Amino acid sequence: MKPIAKNGILLLIVVVLAFGPLFLLRGGEFAGADDRAEKAISTLNANYEPWFKPLWEPPSGEVETFLFALQAALGSGFVFYYLGYAKGKNSVSKRNQS
Amino acid sequence: MNLSKVKKIGLLITYVIGVYIVFPDSAYAMHIMEGFLPFNWAAFWMVAMVPFVILGVRSIKKTVTLYPNLKMLLGMAGAFAFVLSAMKIPSVTGSCSHPTGVGLGAILFGPTAMTVLGMIVLIFQAILLAHGGLTTLGANTFSMAIVGPLVSYAIYKGLKKLGAPQWLSIFLAAALGDLMTYVTTSFQLGLAFPAATGGVMASVIKFMSIFAFTQVPLAISEGILTVMVFNVLSVYSQKELQVLSVFTGKGLPSSKQGVKA
Repeated sequence: MKPIAKNGILLLIVVVLAFGPLFLLRGGEFAGADDRAEKAISTLNANYEPWFKPLWEPPSGEVETFLFALQAALGSGFVFYYLGYAKGKNSVSKRNQS
Repeated sequence: MNLSKVKKIGLLITYVIGVYIVFPDSAYAMHIMEGFLPFNWAAFWMVAMVPFVILGVRSIKKTVTLYPNLKMLLGMAGAFAFVLSAMKIPSVTGSCSHPTGVGLGAILFGPTAMTVLGMIVLIFQAILLAHGGLTTLGANTFSMAIVGPLVSYAIYKGLKKLGAPQWLSIFLAAALGDLMTYVTTSFQLGLAFPAATGGVMASVIKFMSIFAFTQVPLAISEGILTVMVFNVLSVYSQKELQVLSVFTGKGLPSSKQGVKA
């Protein structure tokens, strides 16, 4: 099987794993809400107070989403830049050999 | 679609249903938030992190001076961790968490190199996204960028020695490294917040049910994604992979067919 076909199948599994829960648990909150962990900690130690606040917090959900998207874009940008670069280099060295 | 694949899918469905029955409530799963570790523990993990960071800087320096043309690949390993940590993916427990992406770099460049790259990702998220935190940086680095890569590296090496197929070694290394990151997080929180009845272990199990179970499908995803990257690398970056196997002393993919799916 060609690598691209193999990776296509593998990608499909990842997509199912990532989006499956959304269909399986329709009523789910899917929250990353910070108070979930706070609750778990406060049931164990009711007196605990966080002693340090983040220096800066994204002012809104939109800004936070923007920053996460930016992180993903920068990361994937470089990953695929490298893969393209490697592919190009590979085909050039092949051409030089033949 | 052969029989073993059908079996795997069956297992997966059983797992999903099982988790749904055992943990119907949504749970929170991510790094330890700012200020949420008592001062002493925060300091402890910070100190514990230091020797690994020093080793990591040395390891990266060595790689870059010996093989300057591997810089790009090193950057790619860091970028992979960067993008995967940004992906908060829904899980079967009804909450979201994100993979760590450090397994790839650990297999390529060794575990301590990923300590440095993982820490950079964590600092970025702590400062700009208020995700994780500066006071909990030590603890989060320890789980994601020290324990995770070490587990990945050890599993990869061990499985290769046992003669396991390339793709399986990579998959399990990345997936279990990811999972162990969150098991470590559970231990860190359990140690800092022991339960009134049952002590540390009861607490660890409680946090484990929140953190680790959410992580299982994400760990599988990370394993698969890492195999995908290796599939491409083994076709286009054979030279780099061969060079790396020279100085880390282990057999990396050099076959022309790439990793079997």
